[in-house]
Amino acid sequence: MDDLYRDYILDHYKRPRNFGELDPHDMEGLEHNPLCGDELGVHIRVKDGKIEDLRFHGHGCAISQASASIASEELMGMELDEVAELDADWAIDLLGIPVSATRRKCALLGLKVVKGAVTGDNSWPVGSA
Amino acid sequence: MTVSATEHVKNANAPHARGGHPDLALNIRGDFPIFSRRFDGQPLVYLDSGATSQKPAVVIDTISSYLSERNANVHRGVYALAQESDAAYDGAREKVAGFVGWEPRTTIFTKNVTEAINLVAYAWGRAKVGPGDAVLITQMEHHANIVPWQVLCRERGAQLRYLEVDERGELSLDQLDRELSKGDVKLVAFTHVSNVLGTIVPVAEMTARIRAAGATSLVDGAQAVPHMPVDLSTLDADFYAWTGHKALGPTGIGVLHARAEILDQMQPFLTGGDMIASVDFDGATWNELPYKFEAGTPPIAEAVGLGAAVDYLTELGMERVREHERELTGYLLDRLQEVPGLRFVGPPEAENRGGLVSFTIEGMHAHDIAELANRGGVCIRAGHHCAQPLMRCLGVGATARASVGVYNEVSDVDALIDSLLAGLKVFGL
Repeated sequence: MDDLYRDYILDHYKRPRNFGELDPHDMEGLEHNPLCGDELGVHIRVKDGKIEDLRFHGHGCAISQASASIASEELMGMELDEVAELDADWAIDLLGIPVSATRRKCALLGLKVVKGAVTGDNSWPVGSA
Repeated sequence: MTVSATEHVKNANAPHARGGHPDLALNIRGDFPIFSRRFDGQPLVYLDSGATSQKPAVVIDTISSYLSERNANVHRGVYALAQESDAAYDGAREKVAGFVGWEPRTTIFTKNVTEAINLVAYAWGRAKVGPGDAVLITQMEHHANIVPWQVLCRERGAQLRYLEVDERGELSLDQLDRELSKGDVKLVAFTHVSNVLGTIVPVAEMTARIRAAGATSLVDGAQAVPHMPVDLSTLDADFYAWTGHKALGPTGIGVLHARAEILDQMQPFLTGGDMIASVDFDGATWNELPYKFEAGTPPIAEAVGLGAAVDYLTELGMERVREHERELTGYLLDRLQEVPGLRFVGPPEAENRGGLVSFTIEGMHAHDIAELANRGGVCIRAGHHCAQPLMRCLGVGATARASVGVYNEVSDVDALIDSLLAGLKVFGL
């Protein structure tokens, strides 16, 4: 068994959950990973201060795609206030694999685009692109 | 024009296609101490010389002995030690200039190619390029040969135009002629060897046209000088830049060669110590070439190290270096065809390439390719290779890139192929 490319990671990479577009949507975000040219966008529909529905779109490596896919399932129904408070450990723990410093940006790209869409602040995480 | 990735084409000229491994011209891995390292018990398979080269012991030892025995600042001291340091620094300049057939007086040490190009963009560009003028570059440039011209053109109200890259990853001389005939082109800046496509650009044909049109040429030789014979007297560029760390030398030392009549007319780039002839409270006069363009204490140990590197390359013989890397690149192109779903970009024949191949694999992102190659101790690059506009042209987000150097062997290519095939299994492809 590969430490990084575990079956569930590859499964989420090849069959990403909640991927596509969502129209109409209430919030949207788009982020680039300048290191690799990856692009990840999100459409979010909001109801009663919660994420009612969400779709990611774009392209990237197995780690960034799986991370977004896995996170999408957890984000569904989450309070926006709670989303704003999510930190890097949340995304890394959810991914469940050891992530090297160079792949950290890949692992955080999904959460970064969602937090940007929800809070309007694209600077998270500080010191990281 | 949109450039599509070239489907892998059988490389009929590769020795491998005729059966067996190529006989390589060089067998010098023992000269490079880093290859004694192991990663998880595996030997280092270094296929990222396009990013930086490894260093032979003679370069490391020369830097060490300079710092141990001859260290002093240059161009100031009258004592014997300082004179030895002067001799080492200026001696390195003579070696470096001679290595590419140029004069020491018009060979300027910089930090890297980026600084060399910025020197030209600031000290030449801001005096010579104005509103209504154009700077012509190509779609296959490294960011170092794009951004300084974007900034210059924006600042001076000039237009930045691009020569297109065709589906073979090559430039069109006809398009160059058409651009030059518009009469507004002041400068054409282009790479000698593309760091993504591997394309070897016909520099002499380009510079002849540029000169005939009354424009100035700048060539980025970062991926060329370490890998093939380069004779600047025949390439006839007005500015030619390259860097030490890709040429078996240390980081922190780059080189800019230029025509004396152009340098004489230019104002300095950076100002301060060492670049002046005299200073009083009202002003200063500039030092002679090349010192006018070397403000402050220069990278002395780095220059001395680069001098040792070009000595080492000269001893190998650059014809043999090119032959070695051409054979190896042909073998690499050939064996990459064994990998299902692999497509490479750029010219299909090793003959028309420098020693690098960028590729994608269907169903696998470049980062994942590089990560899985690393499992086999294989170092390859993944990403946009500081050429984002070109990557958009190619219609790919990122590619993996394997690049060879003088120390690579057939077994390195075999290890890469093994690691790629093992990676495909991990991905269930």
